[in-house]
Amino acid sequence: MNILHRFSIRRINNNCKAYNITVIFILIILLILSITLSIGIGYSKISFSSIVSFLLSNGDSSSKEYQIINYVRIPRTLTATFVGCALSVSGLILQSILNNPLASPSIVGVNSGAGLFAILIVAFFPSYLGFISIASFIGALIATFLVYFIAKRTRASKTSIVLSGVAVSSFLNAIIDTILIIKPDSAMSRTYFLIGGFSGVTVADLRLPVLFIVISVVIALGFGYDMNILSLGDETAKSLGLNVVRYRFLLIVVASLLAGSAISIAGLIGFVGLIVPHIGRFIVGYNNRILIPVCALLGSIFTLFCDLLARTLFAPFEIPVGIVMSFLGGPFFIYLLSKQKRGFIDA
Amino acid sequence: MLELKNISAGYNGVKVIDNINICFEKGTITSVIGKNGCGKTTLLKTIGNLLKPLSGNIFLDGKSIFDMPNDHIAKRISFLPQSRRVPNVSVYDLVMYGRFPYMQFFRIPKKIDKMIVEDAMERTGIIRYKDRNIQELSGGEQQKVYIAMIIAQNTDVILLDEPTTYLDINHQFEILEIIKGLKEIGKTVIMVLHDLNSAFSYSDKICLMEKGEIVIYDTPQVVFESKEVNRVFKVDCEEVYLKSKMRKQYIFSL
Repeated sequence: MNILHRFSIRRINNNCKAYNITVIFILIILLILSITLSIGIGYSKISFSSIVSFLLSNGDSSSKEYQIINYVRIPRTLTATFVGCALSVSGLILQSILNNPLASPSIVGVNSGAGLFAILIVAFFPSYLGFISIASFIGALIATFLVYFIAKRTRASKTSIVLSGVAVSSFLNAIIDTILIIKPDSAMSRTYFLIGGFSGVTVADLRLPVLFIVISVVIALGFGYDMNILSLGDETAKSLGLNVVRYRFLLIVVASLLAGSAISIAGLIGFVGLIVPHIGRFIVGYNNRILIPVCALLGSIFTLFCDLLARTLFAPFEIPVGIVMSFLGGPFFIYLLSKQKRGFIDA
Repeated sequence: MLELKNISAGYNGVKVIDNINICFEKGTITSVIGKNGCGKTTLLKTIGNLLKPLSGNIFLDGKSIFDMPNDHIAKRISFLPQSRRVPNVSVYDLVMYGRFPYMQFFRIPKKIDKMIVEDAMERTGIIRYKDRNIQELSGGEQQKVYIAMIIAQNTDVILLDEPTTYLDINHQFEILEIIKGLKEIGKTVIMVLHDLNSAFSYSDKICLMEKGEIVIYDTPQVVFESKEVNRVFKVDCEEVYLKSKMRKQYIFSL
């Protein structure tokens, strides 16, 4: 862990462009590596040469390997990549605009909104199970808009957003629990949704959420500098000419689009959204302009890595990826906390 | 150049300042003084467009600031609040934030921005810790960094809310000297000060407030002679002549 120590020294000097570029470059290589591993490793081994020939699209499309890559590994890898990226960027945005190191996507009500709509489908419209991801996406959006609406009436201060998020979540969770008591059969599917996972996702399921994720990440990348200004506090930001209320709302919409899209494909794997931004700050400091791409890459890598473990650790059995994340992420996060220098954990 | 007409302002509909009429001249330092809760900060925030007035208008060079877009005002009026978050960034980055109103869509600093930032750091004497993290600096040094940010914002009107509070005496004077330097390059400085001695020594005009209204707005000498300070703060005020510095100083006591 000597390397982390060196990171923490460089972090202070966050004007160092060469260092930041190196970090992003290394992360891109790691991401490519993780994607390749994620496609190659699993219950049935796939050789490197067949991955290459698949990517060059000159493989034998009737072979078993081709089928596995095309219908199992590729969708799964894509899901992990985009979900990890979306949740991390979403968490980063929320932590910096709410000035709250504990903020994660669940704080704006997305989790309970998505959960409610998923459970509604499971309990009352079981024949429409195929629409569960679209439904939970809509649920996530409705919940966030409810949170904004309440927060806006209280002039969208940082605390009122957090508090109305908590209030909306607990209300929606009450509805979920009521449904579970009336329809106990739906509990199994709910457990799966709560833990989250990447198996059984098809490329068709991915299209809409991935589109939202790509658009939102691009928007977030464009607002990195404005997020820095916002972190100076409302009064200073406003006197520098930033429309604070408008920007905060816009960024929350972006954050919930990201989280809602991710949740709709992979269920509630929220932990990554909390810890990746902290790891990112540990490496490159607090400049959101660099932090956003770093978190996007780190989130994907971390999620791919956890999913890989989830599939291989107890093969042929598979543990839900959310559990692996907490097993790995929890202790690592505690390690970071204990290593923290002054001011590390303040968003 | 900056004129307030019939300004009333407050929070949640409750008036804190009432029917203020005042005009600030270019290239002067004005200190707003008064007891806690008399509306000094409210006045400053209203001028800085952070608080919408309940009624009245503010004119900058004859034009109402409420007709100007946000980023336009940010190029004319800057405001340094008393309490703010200290972000985890380098001194250089923070001073560069002062250039935000001038940045184009992609927010990439131009050569001129870099030159202005260097100049602002030079002026405030913080250039030697330009790469340090601002959270590692002392309160006095942090204050200088924020003043540098305001200087980089390069506005005609500079509003400072208690710029010297909580600082040791040396830093207090350093900050006040920097502020005096701003006046010399033609800036209009309006600040809230609690230290009456500094207010009287460094200002061209004193604006004494009581219960949301202006009691007197004039030169330190006239304000001293009016004895209004004695009445509002319930203190005695004496004038002493410092031979070594060749200037007057004011001493306050119960």
